[in-house]
Amino acid sequence: MVFEEKGIYTVHEFTLAVKSILTSGTFNDVWIRGEISNFTNHSSGHRYFTLKDKSSSLQCVMFKWYGKNMGFELEHGMKVLVLGDLDVYEQRGVYQLKVRAIRPDGIGELYKAFEQLKNKLAMEGLFSPEHKKPLPRYPKKIGVATSPTGVVLHDILTVIKRRYPVSLLFIPTIVQGEYAAQSIVSSISALNKTDVDVIIMGRGGGSIEDLWAFNEEVVARAIFNSRIPIISAVGHETDYTIADFVADVRAPTPSAAAELAVPDRAELANHVSRLGDRLIENQRRSIREGLSNLSELTAGVEPRVLMERIADNMQYIDEITQRQILSLKRILEARKSLFNAHAGKLDAVSPLGTLLRGYSITLKLPEETLVRSIGDVKKKDELSIIVNDGKIKCKVNDKEVCTWK
Amino acid sequence: MEMSFEESLAELEGIVEKLEKGQLSLDESLMLFEKGIKLVRECNDRLKNAQQKVEQLIEENGELRTEKFEVEE
Repeated sequence: MVFEEKGIYTVHEFTLAVKSILTSGTFNDVWIRGEISNFTNHSSGHRYFTLKDKSSSLQCVMFKWYGKNMGFELEHGMKVLVLGDLDVYEQRGVYQLKVRAIRPDGIGELYKAFEQLKNKLAMEGLFSPEHKKPLPRYPKKIGVATSPTGVVLHDILTVIKRRYPVSLLFIPTIVQGEYAAQSIVSSISALNKTDVDVIIMGRGGGSIEDLWAFNEEVVARAIFNSRIPIISAVGHETDYTIADFVADVRAPTPSAAAELAVPDRAELANHVSRLGDRLIENQRRSIREGLSNLSELTAGVEPRVLMERIADNMQYIDEITQRQILSLKRILEARKSLFNAHAGKLDAVSPLGTLLRGYSITLKLPEETLVRSIGDVKKKDELSIIVNDGKIKCKVNDKEVCTWK
Repeated sequence: MEMSFEESLAELEGIVEKLEKGQLSLDESLMLFEKGIKLVRECNDRLKNAQQKVEQLIEENGELRTEKFEVEE
């Protein structure tokens, strides 16, 4: 076998021939498990690394448009699952994997990625309480995004039917596997175009790998950007996903989510009937009060009562009159005693007292003028001498001057 | 426009509170009482008649439509 018979390839032709075999489809869309090494995050945004295990290694490239929503960063030694297509890099004649997606592999790696994303989103404030939207107290329509199979939907429907039957809008959603994240995102976005007033997003329990879609950044951002409040119910009570942190309310289970979404009809009916009782009781009381008010007023205008009132008034008038008489009497008494006092004083200076002591008053008649001096009378004048107990009429016989002092 | 359950309940609660505070004329309180009893009846009816309607949201060629969703018991 000589080269004349087989023909001769150029290097490039050969490379293309190999490439056409390797990229024909057998190695498209393959998942490969391995460990990251020689990782370079190139300034162009493309990621170059070697995927290896104990015995082999594989060159990988992830172009930046595939890597932009990864939610975690590659690290040396990280165990991963990569999805990609085999390709040949012609310039160097080496085969390599063109990577389209990378998943952390193994619990440890998943937790690492989980922590990385959780910290990043927390820094951005996606979990802050001020971004939490309040749930409506009485929702009219509830959106449910979950798997059409499985008990989650059944649990939610049953609880809501029992508690408070409202309308439900169910959107079948893939909650596990490669397409789950995209499906959850598009369900949230579709429900945001409807008239539901709260969304329950859930799936049953599972391993961290099973729940992984709810730890993806695109899902977290879709929840954050939802106009409608979202209740997350992912896994069991002990499972926490990034979605739970971003959601407006986290429910430990799908049934609990349903309970959080609607009020309890029986409780509400109780509340309404208590309000009704209060209305009736209040109205009874106010009518009772009105009646008793009325009967008080009626009693006030009865004739017997009027007579009583008049009698009361008459008695009062009598009492007042009596008091007036008494006070007049008191005033008279006071005047009388004042008068007596004055009379006594008058007595003391009265000429009558002087007469009693033996003095007398001489008046000349007929004029009855007071005689003070011998000059006031002449011989033969008629005189009246007033003494204590009467008058003496006499005539002047003689007069003589005397000096007494 | 018909009031929602939430609005009816809120109004009923308001009426009960107002009545219990007193200070209303008998006429006013009778009027409120009548309204309140009507609201109690409305709220009860609404609670009794609440029906679970389940629909499925389907996205097809970028269009959203809903159809009845059969729940197997």
